[in-house]
Amino acid sequence: MSRPNTRTLSLRAALLGALLGTAALLPAAAQADEQYFPLQSYRVGPYAAGGTGFFGGFIDYLTLVNTRDGGVNGVKLTWDECETQYEVERGVECYKRQKNRPGVAAWNPLSVGIAYAMIDDVGRDKVPLITVNHGRTDSTDGRVFKYVFPLLLNPYSESSGIVNYIGTREGGLEKLKGKKIVVLYHGSPYGKETIPIYQLLAEKYGFSVEQVEVPHPGNEQQSQWLSIRRTKPDYVVLRGWGVMNPVALKTAQKVGFPADRIIGNVWSNSEEDVIPAGDAAKGYTAITTQASGADYPVLQEIAKTVYGAGKGNLDDKKRIGSVYHNLGIVNGILNVEAVRIAQDKFGKRTLTGDEVRWGFEHLRLDPARVEALGAKGLFHSINVSVANHEGEGRVTFQQWDGAKWKVVSDWIAPDWALLRPIIEKSSLAYAAEHGIQVRDPAAEDASN
Amino acid sequence: MEWQFFTEVLVGGLLSGVMYSLVAIGFVLIYKTSGVLNFAQGALLLFAALTFVSLTERGLPGWAAILLTLAAMTVIGAAIERAVLRPLVNQPPITLFMATLGVSYVIEGAAQLLWGTQVHGLDLGIDDLPLEFGGVLVSSFDLFAAAVAGAMVAALTLFFRYTRIGLGFRAVADDQLAALAVGLSLDRIWTAVWTAAGVVALVAGLVWGARLGVQFSLSLVVLKALPVLVLGGFDSIAGAIVGGLIVGAVEKLAEVYIGPFVGGGIEGWIAYVAALGFLLIRPSGLFGAKLVERV
Amino acid sequence: MTDLALEKTAAAAPHRASPALLGIGALLIVAYGVLPLVASEYLFDAILTPFLALALAGLGLNILTGYAGQVSLGSSAFMAVGAYAAYNLALRLPGVPFLVDILLAGLVAAAVGLLFGLPSLRLRGFYLAVSTLAAQFFVQWVFNKVGWFSNNSPSGIVTVPPLSVAGLPLDSSAGRYLFALGVVTAVTLAVWRLVESPTGRALVALRDHETAARVIGIPVLRVKLLAFAVSSFIIGVAGVLWAFAYLRTVEPAGFNLDRSFQILFIVIIGGLASLRGAFLGAALIVVFPLLLSRLGEALLGGLFDSGVLEMSQRIVLGLLIVTFLIAEPAGLAALLDRLWNRAWNWISGRFRRTG
Repeated sequence: MSRPNTRTLSLRAALLGALLGTAALLPAAAQADEQYFPLQSYRVGPYAAGGTGFFGGFIDYLTLVNTRDGGVNGVKLTWDECETQYEVERGVECYKRQKNRPGVAAWNPLSVGIAYAMIDDVGRDKVPLITVNHGRTDSTDGRVFKYVFPLLLNPYSESSGIVNYIGTREGGLEKLKGKKIVVLYHGSPYGKETIPIYQLLAEKYGFSVEQVEVPHPGNEQQSQWLSIRRTKPDYVVLRGWGVMNPVALKTAQKVGFPADRIIGNVWSNSEEDVIPAGDAAKGYTAITTQASGADYPVLQEIAKTVYGAGKGNLDDKKRIGSVYHNLGIVNGILNVEAVRIAQDKFGKRTLTGDEVRWGFEHLRLDPARVEALGAKGLFHSINVSVANHEGEGRVTFQQWDGAKWKVVSDWIAPDWALLRPIIEKSSLAYAAEHGIQVRDPAAEDASN
Repeated sequence: MEWQFFTEVLVGGLLSGVMYSLVAIGFVLIYKTSGVLNFAQGALLLFAALTFVSLTERGLPGWAAILLTLAAMTVIGAAIERAVLRPLVNQPPITLFMATLGVSYVIEGAAQLLWGTQVHGLDLGIDDLPLEFGGVLVSSFDLFAAAVAGAMVAALTLFFRYTRIGLGFRAVADDQLAALAVGLSLDRIWTAVWTAAGVVALVAGLVWGARLGVQFSLSLVVLKALPVLVLGGFDSIAGAIVGGLIVGAVEKLAEVYIGPFVGGGIEGWIAYVAALGFLLIRPSGLFGAKLVERV
Repeated sequence: MTDLALEKTAAAAPHRASPALLGIGALLIVAYGVLPLVASEYLFDAILTPFLALALAGLGLNILTGYAGQVSLGSSAFMAVGAYAAYNLALRLPGVPFLVDILLAGLVAAAVGLLFGLPSLRLRGFYLAVSTLAAQFFVQWVFNKVGWFSNNSPSGIVTVPPLSVAGLPLDSSAGRYLFALGVVTAVTLAVWRLVESPTGRALVALRDHETAARVIGIPVLRVKLLAFAVSSFIIGVAGVLWAFAYLRTVEPAGFNLDRSFQILFIVIIGGLASLRGAFLGAALIVVFPLLLSRLGEALLGGLFDSGVLEMSQRIVLGLLIVTFLIAEPAGLAALLDRLWNRAWNWISGRFRRTG
């Protein structure tokens, strides 16, 4: 209101303007022989817990490779973070900013919304986009989505994996006949995505399925669970997100539904989902592509080499080996190995995004190689190809015992053959809509 | 069987509604005296719960953590009043509302900067087990929450009826100019009200935190309180209670009995639509003042 | 304060017409002639295009809130309606030119806005504001629930077709920027004509004193609904730009409550009942957080991890909003006016002394 106020304000504005000008000049050229990972991370906002864990694990693994091996075949790994708060516009801004740095290896946004907004651009810029355990299901078809990789597990495979697990618990898939399953899903595009798949699986195996929506954010589920109590299903599949998960477990306890009959999906499987539910979470079981715990050699190396030297990324060392941290580490392994495989073909130097894409399309880590990487038991294997950008990831199931996750199943394979036609139908429709030439995997393999 | 289920849904809804009322009361206190729709109430709630949990996790006994948190909430409430609302005192309500949005950024940021973005469990020592009354299921935790809300309303009523500052509050709420004319200190009353809102935020934060876990999403519970305010009136504590009960019941019954026909998930907006429909019949809400101000 | 704003808008425009027109002319030359040649992809896609879309949304809300005095917290719902309407029109009526699609999408948004504006006939103040949240949550729910709107895309997120107008492809960053700029210029011009017209004055009269407005013969109900319809139309068009020119994908979550608040911030911080205000406010809201994060990284990046930095930025942003509201409650437009006046006085003082 008073004059000095306005003056200082405009002065401040001028100062900021000058600073912006200089800041815009900052992204300088990278040194030779560096491979750059732009990280569109999120460490504040509603999903900060997942973001800090995942990007923490990813960075920890990159740090390990740099300090232990001096990079990948001498090529140093670099990264920087751009905060998105899980918001699409911020993610886009980060993309447009970070892509200007040379030597971009791959993008790993860990957000479906941001990934969708980038699909067009990564195709034009020829850099791979990695959406580990999430993302657009039909991008599994690499013939259409050349630069997009929903590694390890897409949402359809996840659903099939969960049904297969319930089958084994009942003593065989044929025992599913006549069973009743309720899918409780988050009221968002993410939550809705698997509705047709559960229907398909229900028809195939003869169980009945009821799919119930919980409106975002999911902090009230009284009515849904009272309905579930009335339906008396054999299992409830929890396809949750954020605060919806602990509330589901608490409300289940409130209506007397046993936690060990609730099976969580891949975004309902972390410590953050169960700890707030307290005792109500005991016995709850959830799918995962990577087991929890810090006993695997690669994690012990990270604890020793990275955290021992005070270079760890997590604030709280207790989170080493947690679900999101381990997912970040596995994601790190997959990215680094793709670079290594591509280097074997193109030379041990800074690669272009398109060369790294080739690496991802030949990312084959069998259990022996996984063991050599110190990750035996952490995850099973991956087998990516031109046609299959998911890579046939296996899943396992963990049960929460009140303090930690314990693996309670073998590595289970989803029914990929059943799902592939639906994926291709969708991807080919996309190709037609956007005028994309469908690639011929055989021809590409022959030319390589 | 069917009537049992209906009763269950109804009772569950009413008890959820009490939880909404807990949040709504914080809004009412502030609105009544300063005419501000304080959007930062959610952030205050998050801050209170996060502070309490973090203190207990650092080994403080419960009572000490409560006292410390209470002290913090008092300071924050008074600081918001002093630093933000007093300089804006003659601005239009919408400017004040935006200012509280700004305040909510500051508090959310500060809460997470201080205590981290970790998700915490909060155990108040009250089990959330199903109890059966004649075949109707009631949650013990919900009953506890209802008792807390009842106690809080009783305490507030006593405060307003029998303390000097409380009487002053009512005078200011009734007629600010007249209150000034008889020599009441607005400053002191406003500070007291913001402090009270901080205390309400702590209580609501603890009850909701025990339900949801203490995390960022806790601040989103304000969205459940807003239709309660529309229905009950922004300036009536009784309205907040009755409005909460109605919103809770309508929401649950609608989700169970209407939801299946439209695909479910209607809880997010049905309360707003119900409140709206009601308001079209009675524009000042259940208990709200007849006077409707303009923005 | 509102009375003051009224005088200003009524009196200022003709008074200072020529320097203002010069300024606008210069801005348009830069926007159309210079920027497309010199700007980078980053500037287009991360700053200019979202700025234009949000400024347009701010303009739309300003008609409702600034001119007609009705607060809405559901603006992004109308953006969503515009975006989904345009997507479905483009998808289902392939023969129709895209510019017609935009108009139709705006009309659809206007119709929905009219519907949710009905409560304004009985409600005022915060009661109305909170009621508009019904639009916010209901619209989001519908787009999430009804697969038809997203062409049954399994994930519910749709990718919009590449932008082209009259056979001219505008799919590059610069093309999409120019397209948004054209739309924003046209709509702004129309809005300017509107607020200078008798209808515009009726809006202001309604805001300043409803009973008085009724007494002098303004059809209050009709004018209120008109405000909702026009405002929603413009916000709907802004939604089309957001979807087609900026993000190129549409999902319900993109049009959430935070976006509505963002638009409200633009209007309040920019200046109520001011066309420039919407643009100034949008510039601040788009650019400022970016500035802050670059600054934070540059100055403190080495000392703290990025989580701490982000949290601090949130605090700074909140503090600045509050400080700004206290220091300049009439908004950036008023601030600019004052600075301009001071500069003008200084310059003319100089001239007097020398000449």
